[in-house]
Amino acid sequence: MTEFEVPVLSIKNLNKQFGPGCDHCRNPEPMALIKNYCSVCGTVYACRDVSFDVYPGEVLGIVGESGSGKSTLMQCLYFDQETTSGEGYISSYQNGLKNLFEESSQQKRYIRNHLMGKVYQNPLLGLKIDFSSIGNIAEKLIAAGSRNVGMMEARGSELLSKVNIPVHRRKEAPKNFSGGMQQRVQIAKALSNQPPILLLDEVTTGLDLSVQASVLDLIKSLQREMNISIVLVSHDLGVIRMLADRTLVMLEGQVIEQGLTDQILEDPQAPFTQSLVHSLL
Amino acid sequence: MNTAYNFAFFDEGSKREIRRATLKAIAIPGYQVPFASREMPIGRGWGTGGLQLTLSLIGKEDVLKVIDQGSDESVNAVSIKKLVSDTTGVQITDHTSRATIIQSRHRIPEVPLNKDQILVLQVPLPEPLRYFEPSEHETKKLHAEKEYSGAWLMLFEQIMKYGSMTTGADHPVMVHDRYVMAPSPIPRFDNSKMNENEALILLGAGREKKIYAVPPFTKIVSLDFEDYPFEGESFDGKCCRLCGSEGVFLDELIDEATGETYYQCNDTSYCCEILNEVEKAGVN
Repeated sequence: MTEFEVPVLSIKNLNKQFGPGCDHCRNPEPMALIKNYCSVCGTVYACRDVSFDVYPGEVLGIVGESGSGKSTLMQCLYFDQETTSGEGYISSYQNGLKNLFEESSQQKRYIRNHLMGKVYQNPLLGLKIDFSSIGNIAEKLIAAGSRNVGMMEARGSELLSKVNIPVHRRKEAPKNFSGGMQQRVQIAKALSNQPPILLLDEVTTGLDLSVQASVLDLIKSLQREMNISIVLVSHDLGVIRMLADRTLVMLEGQVIEQGLTDQILEDPQAPFTQSLVHSLL
Repeated sequence: MNTAYNFAFFDEGSKREIRRATLKAIAIPGYQVPFASREMPIGRGWGTGGLQLTLSLIGKEDVLKVIDQGSDESVNAVSIKKLVSDTTGVQITDHTSRATIIQSRHRIPEVPLNKDQILVLQVPLPEPLRYFEPSEHETKKLHAEKEYSGAWLMLFEQIMKYGSMTTGADHPVMVHDRYVMAPSPIPRFDNSKMNENEALILLGAGREKKIYAVPPFTKIVSLDFEDYPFEGESFDGKCCRLCGSEGVFLDELIDEATGETYYQCNDTSYCCEILNEVEKAGVN
């Protein structure tokens, strides 16, 4: 295989369940569950057997209705949640030979700090809301080993101006900012140590249209410039159409369809995808 | 000595429990060991952590010194000394070099400690990451994973806001390249005294129910940045107006009548000893 064909991130058979499971729902027969919920023991199967690869510089979109397991999947990828089973590999970590989900929590911390960036739907989750904006960016740099204030300040200011936050407001806390600005501080933070993989969880949901557009623009141009691979979760097909090269469609914790974004949107195969595309305004 | 109480106030079981926690703390330098902080005849937050350590360790042969912000005669120091001597009958001293156990609030004495001494520090807030992360459950994980970016981030914020690290006291330290520790609110001036100290240093937080330790000859490094190195308080060109000492931690005092600023040793017994030596030399 040539170099560019090696995936940056490779996920194999990821499962995540909330609850112990019982004989009834472990049964592989399709009727055992109501959607992804077991009525006998109350277990929710949030992600079922999810596998995908992300290639260098690629944007992978994940769509699905709410409750389909998109965010749980993202949380598993960023180690916010323990996975129930499954494997994950990053090409730049141990030559892609070590299963991420079986690493110690110290190693997971290392992977998060050095190889990944994540932007949460809710800025409160991704930011220290009382600390200064530049401090928030520095946090990621400190975690990745930097101990030089001058360097961190310069890098932070550079990123903030890239996400269109005036440099004179860099010492202000994100709690004083509007939602859109908070989201942009989060993006700056996630990008600060130039991670090969960026996870975006519903970044534009809840933002007004003009801010949405500028945030999307920003993500697209940064991605081109830095050649980062992105996993992008959204239930907004417009966002997916604009950003994603390839798309997975999730329903009830499973990937029901995947392919090039154009293909998925123009020629949806699964009934759910069809109704999703048809309901696009 | 008041015989209505067991020796050193506590029953033997309580003392053993505290000593067991202390041993664990010494075995894992800088790690906060939880212990069952007892009810004391003084309020929590008034040195009960230090006092419990002292009471659990003290033996009949020990000589005790208690200081509060460098002073042997402040109310807190005096009442702690009274309680301990009342329930143990041990000797009390002001001389740092004569003491075997030194309980202190917010200072490490000027006279260098030796290997036969134990320094007990009273700690109000043992968790160096508390301001950064309010949940104990989370800070425990951060310590376990050696994830200390929060400690540096707090210093970074100070530099951003005020142009320098502004921790007046309780500047966090890295113990033996592993745990970040709150050294109790000693001035930054005293942080360097902890590094490779000959004496055993024990820290007790009664309200927060934690004991931790710096064993003798442990590497202690104050957190800082490459371009903002750690610095202790500087008293360049100033000396004690009573004993003339330089290079010690000085209190700044203002004479209200004249408005004049003068400096005086913070460690009163050290100042006294220097003055006595001068007087002796003068008589001879």
